[in-house]
Amino acid sequence: MASLLHQIQHQGVTINAPLPLDSGQVLPSVTIAWQSYGALNADRSNAVLICHALTGDQYVASDHPGTGKPGWWARMVGPGKPIDTDRFHVICANVLGSCMGTSGPATPDAATGAPLGMAFPVITITDMVRAQAMLLDHLGISRLHAVVGGSMGGMQTLAWAATFPERLASALVIASAARHSAQNIAFHEVGRQAIMADPNWQDGQYYGSARAPTKGLAVARMAAHITYLSEAGLTEKFGRRLQARDIKSFGFDADFQVESYLRHQGLAFTDRFDANAYLYITRAMDYFDLADPHDGRLAGAFAGARDVRFTLVSFDTDWLYPTSESRRVVQALQSVGAAASFVELSAPFGHDSFLLDVPALDRLVAGSLRAGLA
Amino acid sequence: MKLRPDLAIIADAVPSSARVLDVGCGDGELMAALRAKGVDARGLEIDPDNVTAAIARGQSVVQGDANRDLADYPDDAFDYAILSQTLQTTERPDRVVDELLRIAPRAFVSFPNFAHWRVRLALLWNGRMPVTRLLPVAWYETPNIHHVTVRDFRDLVRAKGIRVERVWHLSGDKPASDAAASWRAEHAIFLISRT
Repeated sequence: MASLLHQIQHQGVTINAPLPLDSGQVLPSVTIAWQSYGALNADRSNAVLICHALTGDQYVASDHPGTGKPGWWARMVGPGKPIDTDRFHVICANVLGSCMGTSGPATPDAATGAPLGMAFPVITITDMVRAQAMLLDHLGISRLHAVVGGSMGGMQTLAWAATFPERLASALVIASAARHSAQNIAFHEVGRQAIMADPNWQDGQYYGSARAPTKGLAVARMAAHITYLSEAGLTEKFGRRLQARDIKSFGFDADFQVESYLRHQGLAFTDRFDANAYLYITRAMDYFDLADPHDGRLAGAFAGARDVRFTLVSFDTDWLYPTSESRRVVQALQSVGAAASFVELSAPFGHDSFLLDVPALDRLVAGSLRAGLA
Repeated sequence: MKLRPDLAIIADAVPSSARVLDVGCGDGELMAALRAKGVDARGLEIDPDNVTAAIARGQSVVQGDANRDLADYPDDAFDYAILSQTLQTTERPDRVVDELLRIAPRAFVSFPNFAHWRVRLALLWNGRMPVTRLLPVAWYETPNIHHVTVRDFRDLVRAKGIRVERVWHLSGDKPASDAAASWRAEHAIFLISRT
């Protein structure tokens, strides 16, 4: 399916300037695909950058060109919505390493024209942010009213504040963390091994062949999907109910509804995502630890971000990026004197709460974006 | 919207351009008044609905517990710390006062005076824990676990070597005279500072 995925045309720009990466390697040029909503005002002061999550994309409030489904945050972004496109110029770019038009493992090698595959360099969250900064330079936007992101988008938002503090007035970080925990890394490693154990993966050079590692990618998605939900949510949605049958089959069909659901989620995912991109982006998340360059002191990462207004939100049922990780960020921000807001919201949906109907989140997002307006 | 009288006194006494932490800031009523006069006000609040409301009003508020989370603020992070109507609900009011004067050189502390004559009378006549306008909840469910009087608080700050810069006494919504405040003040606001 990867070949179909890569046939989609995206709005993008190729910037012919080198992008130095944390790994020490350099991308000689970078292509960035993005979407924008709402008008940029005359003094270019109303731009809001939305950073998407691991399997998200730039189609934050418009239909996905592959699946036709509504944008992943259409409930949050639009005219009159909490991120109000009547007021803000909203930009969302596909992250570096992804598969929706921005440079990644499916990008052709400049010399041979063949997809890079595993020859694409390993990237980091901060590399993604540097690429976004290059896009903003290209668009002539020197300073953002806000950077907003949930999950991996929140990591990019924190990396924005750490890397380019003078370029943003406020940061809104939802269901996220300033580092990946051992448990986070462990779940990602399961996903990567599922992909790489699929014989169709072919060391990452499957793009030209008729075989793509869809089974491995589907299993990776199934394992990850469990981490996005709460146990109570799974129990309420599926319990031990059987799928389209009255008795157990005493076989290995999807007897249980939860099995059928996960299989569907895994399979549907392979229509819209590239296995190598999944490897690269999960790796970037695993390497993420903002305290690492500061001898383990997270406050060191925010030393230059005193003038950025931060809002952090966690959810009580999110065990992937629990409240304690948001509190750790808040403590670091308080220790440097940055204006920080934090609240743990109650929502039943686990980590996925940031994407779903949580009215208190809508109020928070709208309020924190309004706060910095003159 | 009219501020509660103790909050109005604090809002009036804080100089504009000061940096302030409002501990137990509720939904941000006092912070809104402070910000209107140019104060850089931030809040700490335990109730998530209040925190959400305050952030939705555009304020900087952290969900947290005055008993534990004041420790996260660095020394001298603020010019003033404010603790209004919250001291009597804390686990160790003495340690909270220490924390307030660690994170700021000055602090406003306001509390209902448990030695007000109505309270004394109710206890004397009924022999039961008083339920009054400022202390409206029965003893078994009240959040006020450390009732305190004006004299108690003076004793505490004296023992700690803390300076009392100014005191306001309130009876109902009106100022009460300092004479016999121990009996006549329903409510006291202390401005204290490190010596």
